[in-house]
Amino acid sequence: MEGDIAQMGQFIGAGLASVGMGGAAIGVGNVAGNFLAGALRNPSAAAGQTATLFIGIAFAEALGIFSFLVALLLMFAV
Amino acid sequence: MAESKDGGLVFKPMEQFEVAPLFGDGPVGMFTITNSTMWMALAVLAVVALMVLGTRSRAIIPSRSQSIAELVYGFIYQMVEDIAGKDGVKYFPYIMTLFLFILFSNYLGLLPKAFTPTSHIAVTAVLAVGVFVAVTVIGFVKNGAGFLSLFWVSSAPLALRPILALIEVISYFVRPVSHSIRLAGNMMAGHAVIKVFAGFAALLAISPLAILAITAMYGLEMLVAGIQAYVFTILTCVYLKDALHPHH
Repeated sequence: MEGDIAQMGQFIGAGLASVGMGGAAIGVGNVAGNFLAGALRNPSAAAGQTATLFIGIAFAEALGIFSFLVALLLMFAV
Repeated sequence: MAESKDGGLVFKPMEQFEVAPLFGDGPVGMFTITNSTMWMALAVLAVVALMVLGTRSRAIIPSRSQSIAELVYGFIYQMVEDIAGKDGVKYFPYIMTLFLFILFSNYLGLLPKAFTPTSHIAVTAVLAVGVFVAVTVIGFVKNGAGFLSLFWVSSAPLALRPILALIEVISYFVRPVSHSIRLAGNMMAGHAVIKVFAGFAALLAISPLAILAITAMYGLEMLVAGIQAYVFTILTCVYLKDALHPHH
């Protein structure tokens, strides 16, 4: 019985951790959307900023990956 | 992978990441040749084939493989020069090696039945810690104690600087963690998603939909594999720039 409850907690925790990926989605969308808005205002400056765009996306995305990692740890490592 | 044992589907999306000995069934020791070893060696062989054999003829009008090699070389060279500056070009060979190894590991891992070495944090952590140690050593060798001004934000108000310094130090030491987990997590997540859809393909009713979804995810993974190699490399360049020019 105790094992069942522990497993239930594991699944609930993994599901809750996955919610963090939504935050990363908002962050990546924000970065890309703002880049596009700026790029359409000044297309000539856009090409030089793609590296910055990818760095920004990578930083925003890393935190979503962390929540994915927490979910994986709860599912397979605990 | 989705044989129904007791009527239900059995998903094993993480099975593909198991490290197993290539020959025999012995335990995995320190020097055991595993499937991970084999795919890393294949990645190195592919890089050598592209860069050495592809550019062997050194033609004025390049062949297809030679123009791919030249394109990659020029792309990474430009990136190092733009981000790390002229004095960062000295470290270009290391960055180029990192990029090609990660790129080819990612792409070879997308072959069916393949193993992706970069989906393991053990592999990416070695790469990331290597970058971290190298960048820290370069920073101290080039700037001496002046490297510590990286943590002392001189443009901020004086009262805030100690707090900012603490935050900067923490963020500096978290770098190798996020650097490695970003690559491994992306690779692992993408491959696991494809495997989950592959499990749905065993159900007759939704198998066309599942196969379509696998195709779409595979296309996305091709993109992600390239972008993650690019991101790993560009972050290496950014860290290198911090080491060479630590002053804010």
